[in-house]
Amino acid sequence: MIPAPFTLRRTADWDALPALLEDALPLGGGQSLMPLLALRLAEPAALVPLRDLPGLSEIAERDGALWIGAGVTHARIEDGIGPVPLREWLSLVASGIAYRPVRNLGTLGGSLALHDPASDWPVALLALGASAVLRQGDMRRVLLVEKFCTGAFATALQPGEVIEAVTIPIPATGTRFGWCKLAPAPGAFAEALAGVLHAPGAAPRIAVASPAGARLMPEAPPPDDPHLARLRDVAIRRAGA
Amino acid sequence: MTRLCVNGETHDLACEDRDSLAGVLRDRLGLTATRIGCQHGSCGACNLLLDGVPVRGCLVPVALAEGQAVTTLEGLRDDPVMIRLREAFTAHHALQCGYCTAGMLVAARDLILRGRATSAAEVRAGLAGQLCRCTGYDGIVAAVLQAAQ
Repeated sequence: MIPAPFTLRRTADWDALPALLEDALPLGGGQSLMPLLALRLAEPAALVPLRDLPGLSEIAERDGALWIGAGVTHARIEDGIGPVPLREWLSLVASGIAYRPVRNLGTLGGSLALHDPASDWPVALLALGASAVLRQGDMRRVLLVEKFCTGAFATALQPGEVIEAVTIPIPATGTRFGWCKLAPAPGAFAEALAGVLHAPGAAPRIAVASPAGARLMPEAPPPDDPHLARLRDVAIRRAGA
Repeated sequence: MTRLCVNGETHDLACEDRDSLAGVLRDRLGLTATRIGCQHGSCGACNLLLDGVPVRGCLVPVALAEGQAVTTLEGLRDDPVMIRLREAFTAHHALQCGYCTAGMLVAARDLILRGRATSAAEVRAGLAGQLCRCTGYDGIVAAVLQAAQ
């Protein structure tokens, strides 16, 4: 239960990051990666902590969207960021992730980058119509979460590229959000997960967790998954859709 | 060298990058109140405070604790909430073997300070990340509720 030897490479320089990551893994809050290392499911030669990169914990409202730096922790989101009602929705999702000591270090960007198919943020961000801001050196590209999440534990991240931030459109007045998580205990990984965003006059955005990761599911779910069908219905009802 | 500030004292230690904060506190500094259980973040026995908020000590590479204030149970001896919790844990037989207790106390103190210990259900949910194999939790929940009053 002790990780294989690795080297920590500290940097506060976006331009130096791609070269440092060539034979190393990026380290966010470490709340998923450090357990994987302890169990020796991963044995990287080096880790590059991202937390010293400028702007990684920034929160701002710009261009009609809430910008949340990838290094912002679940606990900070739980305690309230951004404008109401987004503030309450994000707090609700964050408060259901693991336990407070884990939420104090675990980050939004780390969770999205891992894209564990049973994790909360990919599904919630997908429902909310969020985008991931990806950065490699001084180059940026922006991908909708449905393009970013390519499969379970798989994303569109290229070598040397990391998530700099997530942007979430500020919802129109009257928009509702429904969230439903089924887990064996508080804070446990989900057995089923559904999030629904319902803006007035628009079709609801229905996102669910699937074995292949977070996905939009406007159609009725397959009949072999009773949990999913039930949760999807509850989330739709909670969104008033 | 890794420079650690633990319970207000500064220590310069030669560590491996893979060493966890919890391991270094126990093995190098003799601060054994912090227990190591599962070593992958599930059991909560290694909870300690980093810049005042609880974290899993087993999941923090020690070098990343540099520049932050580390507080272990030893450093909370005179903390008013911790004094109330210790008394309540004694009164309610909230421990048997005691292995989970340090982590339990750190988590419970945080619940109380954040105002999240107002009902038994809230305390149970708030302590869901703390595993105890002896007590069945009833005494722990009662103790936290008493200390929160």
